[in-house]
Amino acid sequence: MNIHTNEALGLDLKNRPDISYIANLIKPGERVLDLGCGYGELMLILKNKGVRVQGIEKDDKCIIQCVKKSLYVHHGDIDDGLKHHLDHSFDFVILNQTIQQTLNPGDIIKECLRIGKQVIIVFPNFSHWQIRTSILLSGKTPVTDLMPFHWYDTPNLHYLSGKDFEDFCEFERIKILHKAFFNRTRQIKLFPNLFATLALFVIRA
Amino acid sequence: MPTSETNEFFHGSVGVVQTNIVTFESLTLEGGETITPLEIAYETYGTLNDKKDNAILVCHALSGDAHAAGFHEGDKRPGWWDYYIGPGKAFDTNRYFIISSNVIGGCKGSSGPLSFNGKTGKPFQSTFPFVSIGDMVNAQEKLIRHFGIHKLFAVAGGSMGGMQALQWSVAYPDRLKNCIVMASSSEHSAQQIAFNEVGRQAILSDPNWNQGLYTQEKRPSKGLALARMMGHITYLSDEMMREKFGRKPPKGNIQSTDFAVGSYLIYQGESFVDRFDANSYIYVTKALDHFSLGTGKELTKVLSKVRCRFLVIAYTSDWLYPPYQSEEIVKSLEVNAVPVSFIELNNPAGHDSFLLPSEEQDSILRDFLSATDEGGFF
Repeated sequence: MNIHTNEALGLDLKNRPDISYIANLIKPGERVLDLGCGYGELMLILKNKGVRVQGIEKDDKCIIQCVKKSLYVHHGDIDDGLKHHLDHSFDFVILNQTIQQTLNPGDIIKECLRIGKQVIIVFPNFSHWQIRTSILLSGKTPVTDLMPFHWYDTPNLHYLSGKDFEDFCEFERIKILHKAFFNRTRQIKLFPNLFATLALFVIRA
Repeated sequence: MPTSETNEFFHGSVGVVQTNIVTFESLTLEGGETITPLEIAYETYGTLNDKKDNAILVCHALSGDAHAAGFHEGDKRPGWWDYYIGPGKAFDTNRYFIISSNVIGGCKGSSGPLSFNGKTGKPFQSTFPFVSIGDMVNAQEKLIRHFGIHKLFAVAGGSMGGMQALQWSVAYPDRLKNCIVMASSSEHSAQQIAFNEVGRQAILSDPNWNQGLYTQEKRPSKGLALARMMGHITYLSDEMMREKFGRKPPKGNIQSTDFAVGSYLIYQGESFVDRFDANSYIYVTKALDHFSLGTGKELTKVLSKVRCRFLVIAYTSDWLYPPYQSEEIVKSLEVNAVPVSFIELNNPAGHDSFLLPSEEQDSILRDFLSATDEGGFF
């Protein structure tokens, strides 16, 4: 069983504010590379909008589901499967809750910035107040809705907050074009680093 | 013909079929020589629709033939891709018109070394001209035109069949909608050539070889059997051999070996001799070794011509055509923004996996073909 995908987590992507936000950013006819595309729900939304989208995914069960949806997916590991793509050959490269699961996130983000004109990166915000209080009160690695894994079975190798990511972009001189924060049902504008479960950044080199 | 309802034996089968032969005036080969007349052995399953847009060409591997599905009269075993071709199967004969033809240079009815040379009154044998994968595909194109089909719904094949499918997409970019390449490669590596070379040398060193001009009574059978034994090792995997044979003693009446795997290979070699021609083995393996669409940037340039959707399947346990070769094709297609899906299946059966039943493979072939109606990037 694959526990790492949105489908398995029972999330309805169509009504998710972060997904609508991404879908609104991308225009029909544009080319998109979705890294760690899972069962292809986001790709399907984009495809139905007329976006030329292709994905990369590690899990073969996900690939089979993607083919069923008439999506194009490369079975492979993004940690070593991006080199062949040409500079700026995609309008967008999407890392939708993928970056925290990769071995070398810094290298991958730079590689994405090379391939994509813009990069959309979404990750669970580790500085959410529930996580902060959980660590403070229980003294244990937090297990939350968005990161429902124990330390020994988690696909997440890295934990970062919106602020961490901004620091990274500043240090690497990466330009942040947009940023937005969400919880399950809506966009969070007030104290997002405290109240948002998801952080979304649109960046370019 | 028995239907799936009336006969349990033919459940999901296309039933009893026969191989047909069609004759064309000639075919000019890439090497400049001409085959006159050109004969092509083929079988078809299902019905060609009025628009003639539901035809799928399936291409066979090295030792395959036109008999891809169903049973020949009196046969106990069906054609080589019967798991996937038939009513309700992945290549659904209720929907698609499936065409399978024997390659030229082969020995199962299409023009090849066993064909009769009108000038000498004898079979060509080793005087038959060199045949390339491109020539095989050009011959298939004549067959397709013979059916009045302009655009194939799909071309599919594994191993050498995959190379033909790939060649189709490059040689006739506007004549196919979908291309399925399984357990294949854009060119042979040194290791793949090496295996074929050992096979050819085994045939060449047989006392009956006689420069390929052997009689049918005195054929280089030992050499051909050795070539097949060698080949057969590369079609399986370590895991499968361990499971199937381990270090068990020989089975049956083959006593010239101490191990089960030995008696199995000897049996495979001996039975191959009854159904294959040594000259054809040399022609076809040479066609494989000489096929090259290049790798890396070269391949990317060649594949910039393609205009169809692609499905590429590799198998983790395939050490003859390792997955990196499939991925090379996929990457070159991706750089050209060609819609392509790539999956590496974890079947334990080695190179032969594409021929064997697998739920994942069945569903991915089925869904890829079904989804095509909704259109791709092109």
